[in-house]
Amino acid sequence: MSGSPAGREPLPTFAGTPPFPEAARTALADEQLRRNLRHATTTIRTKRGRAVAERPDWEALRLAGAAIKDDVIARWPELLTQLEANVTAAGGIVHWARDGAEANAIVAGIVRAAGATEVVKVKSMTTQEIELNEALAREGIEAWETDLAELIVQLGRDLPSHILVPAIHRNRDEIRDIFRAEMGAAGRPAPADLSNEPRELAEAARLHLREKFLRAKVAISGANFAIAETGTVMVVESEGNGRMCLTLPETLVTVMGIEKLLPTWRDLEVFLQLLPRSSTAERMNPYTSMWTGVTPGDGPQAFHLVLLDNGRTDVLLDEVGRQALRCIKCSACLNVCPVYERVGGRAYGSPYPGPIGAILTPQLRGIARHPVDEQTASLPYASSLCGACFEVCPVRIDIPEVLIQLRTQVVRQHGWRARTFGEEPVAMRALSTAFANPGRLDLAERVAGGAGRVVGRRGRIGRLPLPGLLGAWFRRRDLPAPARTSFRRWWRSRSSRGES
Amino acid sequence: MAEPLEPGRIVTGGAPGETARDAVLARIRAVAVPPPAAIPRDYLTSLSPDVDILERFAERVADYRALVHRATSGNLAATVAEALKGRGARSLVIPAGLPADWLIGLGPGIERQSDDPPLTYGQLDAIDAVITGCAVAIAETGTIVLDAGPGQGRRALSLLPDRHVCVVRAEQVVGEVAEALARLDPHRPLTWISGPSATSDIELDRVEGVHGPRNLDVVIVG
Ligand code: SF4
Repeated sequence: MSGSPAGREPLPTFAGTPPFPEAARTALADEQLRRNLRHATTTIRTKRGRAVAERPDWEALRLAGAAIKDDVIARWPELLTQLEANVTAAGGIVHWARDGAEANAIVAGIVRAAGATEVVKVKSMTTQEIELNEALAREGIEAWETDLAELIVQLGRDLPSHILVPAIHRNRDEIRDIFRAEMGAAGRPAPADLSNEPRELAEAARLHLREKFLRAKVAISGANFAIAETGTVMVVESEGNGRMCLTLPETLVTVMGIEKLLPTWRDLEVFLQLLPRSSTAERMNPYTSMWTGVTPGDGPQAFHLVLLDNGRTDVLLDEVGRQALRCIKCSACLNVCPVYERVGGRAYGSPYPGPIGAILTPQLRGIARHPVDEQTASLPYASSLCGACFEVCPVRIDIPEVLIQLRTQVVRQHGWRARTFGEEPVAMRALSTAFANPGRLDLAERVAGGAGRVVGRRGRIGRLPLPGLLGAWFRRRDLPAPARTSFRRWWRSRSSRGES
Repeated sequence: MAEPLEPGRIVTGGAPGETARDAVLARIRAVAVPPPAAIPRDYLTSLSPDVDILERFAERVADYRALVHRATSGNLAATVAEALKGRGARSLVIPAGLPADWLIGLGPGIERQSDDPPLTYGQLDAIDAVITGCAVAIAETGTIVLDAGPGQGRRALSLLPDRHVCVVRAEQVVGEVAEALARLDPHRPLTWISGPSATSDIELDRVEGVHGPRNLDVVIVG
């Protein structure tokens, strides 16, 4: 048995997620998940609208952000080696990893060399991508997530459902039950009379994790940005668990995707505006930590930076698709996505859900070089191409454009489904126009229906809440519809609640 | 301390002797990516001169549900004492280099501890409050930035105690993020603080205070 946290069943992973339509069907049947997601996405969407409207220069910031990130990949080798040199000069140790297995082996080696059998972690999608926790567990190393939401997910032996609020599918009663049942086996138990009040639950997490922070010898983090010019690495967060991990343990290991670079210190004047307002919809997130190598007498005295490829250089191969490398993982595109709002994050089968997952995951899995599995191939279809994701993206990734490009690749590579997918872009475009003007949906449905795929029988999902090809997927498989609202009604109520 | 792993020595696949570093860089170099024509920087880098910067800073800090106190150099010590008392602090850690006159208003009810020689994390965790200065503050975003300089101490000091009182001098407050970056030294460890620690992870209900100090008082002098 692997030494998973709490020493019981292994943690679940995204591996084995069924193709998007099937995973989406399961999610659609989960009323609570949908209610919570709707609440979350609507709330964050509205807040984000306010935070962005406050900046008269928002568009200028987006243009700068996109150009800076394009500059990064145009000068990638130069900037990566500059970062490496500056981190090294400041007392850090830089490692390179071609893939997840390499990165995991490097991290496990560092943890073992530090004489530790457990690590504290601050939320990092990159380490989820490479399934670091599972790899460490196989080596007998326990990895403790310290973000409140990640703790809930980990103690509940669950998978995250949103980039920003990963435990949004859980309500307060469930969280209380998870804390009561599981904290004791993992460390300091929850108080027996723990209520479902968020304040009390947060307090229980504070006490539970403080014990771990104070004894941990090694911390593992991701990075939001790293500055080539100075060797500075940074983590943006809200709760302070990041500060704990980045300050208290003797050894810090940061696993960073190689696209997280920025060329200059000054570039932060753009990204420290774009990220918090797009992500948590705040003027600034509560805490941002920046460090350059090692500072004697302050914080970790050993700093390792693991530069991870794991498919990022494959993303480079596609001229259209490579704009996905600009992504700063803000999650704004999730919160405006009608498909994501209905099905949640776990249906996407990777730590990257929503529109960004639909374009990033297939590329990271090498769709530009070789055929991908069915689940991956289904991801570019998890969209109505309504364009809302592009409008909110702080680095102007044209997600619909990339989706269409990837669909073309899927069709080219998999002779199978060509009949279903072949004419699809045309039908989808008609539908996406209709999204902008719901009154025209009838027409669009007729157009799409004329192509023989979108409209299903009443009571069948093809007709019901999911737009476009996704609907066709369901119809093709002839699954019963899980919801009774019509897509248009749902779309209208959603649009009137949301920011616009 | 443990021996660090030699970088780039774990090799899975690839040409014999080729390091991961070589392989990744070679993959990138195989694709020519045109640079962007220019990087347009038409965004704002300072506040309009009509804005009262201190006013804006005070308002934005208060938006995060931190407590804001306005003081003059004359009543600073009394304001600091008030803030600590208001939070019920019975013990206080004092970073090296903190101006002694900030503390002359403290009564005997507060036990003071210096961090020289350094306290253990366990000792710090048992202390109620910390008082620091800052390196720079940003009006537009209501942010204070600590750089571990004199009067601020190492990062753990402003992290483990549950109450943080931060004194900001008027001339340390700039309008925009861009101006703050220009004043900061990236080679120092930096902590940007915008309000008390917070989470919205439980049903999106905002809770102030998970791991960092749950109470933040910002005293603006001038
Ligand atoms: S694609 Fe854009 S909006 Fe979506 S997470 Fe990435 S940066 Fe944010």
